Amino acid sequence: MTVELNLNSGRADAGGTPLTLKRESLWQDALRRLLRNRAAVIGGVIILILALTAIFADVIAIAPYDRQTLSDQNQVPAYLGVIFPSMKPYMKVSDKYPLGADYVGRDLFSRIVYGTRISLTIALIGPLISLFIGVIYGSISGYFGGRVDNLMMRIVDVLYAFPGLLFIILLMAFFRSTFAKPEPGTLAFFLGKLDSSLGGMLFIIIGIGLTGWETQARLTRGQVLSVREKEFIEAAHTIGASDLRIMFRHILPNIIGPLVIVETLAIPGYISLEAFLSFIGLGINPPTPSWGAMIADGANAIRTYPNQAIFPALALAITMFAFNFLGDGLRDALEPRLRGTQ
Amino acid sequence: MGHYIARRLIYLLVVLLVVSAITFFLMHAVPGGPFDQEKALPEETIANLESYYHLDEPLLLQYGRYLYDVALPHFTIQAPGNTRQEDFLIQFKVGNVWIQWMNFGPSYASRSRTVNDLFRQQLPVSMQLGVMALSVALLVGMPLGILAALKQNTILDYLGMSLAIFGVSVPVIVLGPLMIWIFGVTLKWLPPSGWGATPPYLWGILPQKLNWDYFKYAVMPAFALGLGSSAIIARLTRASLLQVIREDYIRTARAKGLQEPLVISRHALKNSLIPVVTVLGPLFAALITGTFVTELIFGIPGMGKYFVISITNRDYSVIMGTILLYAIFLVLSNLVVDIVYAYLDPRIRYD
Repeated sequence: MTVELNLNSGRADAGGTPLTLKRESLWQDALRRLLRNRAAVIGGVIILILALTAIFADVIAIAPYDRQTLSDQNQVPAYLGVIFPSMKPYMKVSDKYPLGADYVGRDLFSRIVYGTRISLTIALIGPLISLFIGVIYGSISGYFGGRVDNLMMRIVDVLYAFPGLLFIILLMAFFRSTFAKPEPGTLAFFLGKLDSSLGGMLFIIIGIGLTGWETQARLTRGQVLSVREKEFIEAAHTIGASDLRIMFRHILPNIIGPLVIVETLAIPGYISLEAFLSFIGLGINPPTPSWGAMIADGANAIRTYPNQAIFPALALAITMFAFNFLGDGLRDALEPRLRGTQ
Repeated sequence: MGHYIARRLIYLLVVLLVVSAITFFLMHAVPGGPFDQEKALPEETIANLESYYHLDEPLLLQYGRYLYDVALPHFTIQAPGNTRQEDFLIQFKVGNVWIQWMNFGPSYASRSRTVNDLFRQQLPVSMQLGVMALSVALLVGMPLGILAALKQNTILDYLGMSLAIFGVSVPVIVLGPLMIWIFGVTLKWLPPSGWGATPPYLWGILPQKLNWDYFKYAVMPAFALGLGSSAIIARLTRASLLQVIREDYIRTARAKGLQEPLVISRHALKNSLIPVVTVLGPLFAALITGTFVTELIFGIPGMGKYFVISITNRDYSVIMGTILLYAIFLVLSNLVVDIVYAYLDPRIRYD
């Protein structure tokens, strides 16, 4: 949007050019602030590269992620002997694998490349689910208030008392074994099939969704309460707008900003939760590569072949860095008032 | 305040009831049972075992039996025997009556032990690790945050905050293997795995000796677990102190000629602590459950390994006991935080 103000029209004949003021919209302003934040830009670029890696994993990877060559197990390229000198005396040198091969002779590099898919999918879907459930729950609770609100928030309080990590372990065990061998034709069978065709992603997503929304619900409720009594809501009531319409057309657009920011800041948490579940063997089904599972395999061999744990760990750390940088930048750009609170 | 605490304690009971019910029925909904093994036992044996442990009864009755054992205090006149069926976590004598409480039952997978045995031998290790991680979080995070705030927009500030982003970005499963490789395997400064204390523990929780032989095992896991939280604390302390420093009463303190160190320590710090205290509850919860991951990486004989195994084994009593006990920790720590909060900020009154 450009507003031209001809402030010096009176002197136009004197050869002066008209002074132009550009008015920026909220989003342009935020984008400008974001682009000025070097860390956020670096984070964004890394995420873009990761996304491209995930999409074109088939092209970038040099071997299928599940191809085992048992005779090649634990092979290491020569340059790793310099980085990890402790391996030098016994390492089997081969230049077939850029980052080495794992304990069953699979190419580490290709597995890390494919592992990007899992982590990024979680990074994308985790926040969406948590936003979806949390915002609807919190909106209803905050909007209707009174007894409904009281009951709904007590439920959230109880869920807060669950030792989250322990509970999600139990939940994953429940999913994994309930849907392992169900009767064909039932819903359980369908879900189990879907899950195994996704490499175990479905239940991780459900598990994360079930445990991640409470914070969002509380936050949404607070935000709804803060705008519920504003004049424009009253105005909407007087012209006879329905509750649903007020909730989602009038209130939601006004509060969604901070909610999205909080969710962006939570992304690294989702990524590390998936990695953790795969680390203890309740996440992604092998042989689908997840960085967490690769770190677990590598950790067993950390004294002999450190490269097998260090490289997937670096991939995970870089991804989390990128999302943290971008999340921080987004928060500072969109809600400067929130700066440094998370 | 007394009313408030009483209300919160009643609420705690309700929460624990709900947590136990959900866990109990979810756990029993998982197919399979504790006596399924690779080499299948004869059906009669399984039936016998199940009836011995009352696992053949209706679920609701089992749940009631469980609550009776765990939640209700038991009173006896006889001196308690040492049977595995009657192993109470808490028992003491008043006059000549024994009061016994919290019988979490036998472990179905390792039948020579009770869940309380597990709590006595493994839980102290997890607690020690959790408390040390919390100390790391506070002792690293708060000075870093204070320093960054006092030297705002200097190289110290940027360095500290970059360190904080590093801290939140590197989860335990990344930091753990990295530390083991650097300090344990390459430099050989610290033992790469294990724990420096064995039962019996002092007062049931503390290690017998607090010396380097003990701490050298704890340094890496405590830092791996605590660093992420120290980053959160550092950022929060910085933000909160920066806000407080701009308040009018700080200007007043300076105007009346108070020296800068006194202004900071007496006037600014205490008030800037309030937001930090509010996150301590969730933080403690995260650390205390986070010990599970850390223990698996560093090969520490705490609750973590046993809990994960108990789930694959359908060791019902261990699953229930662990989740319940940790839920109690969470709710109690939140209560303590709320009380401290009221003490720090007298404007907050709960009644």
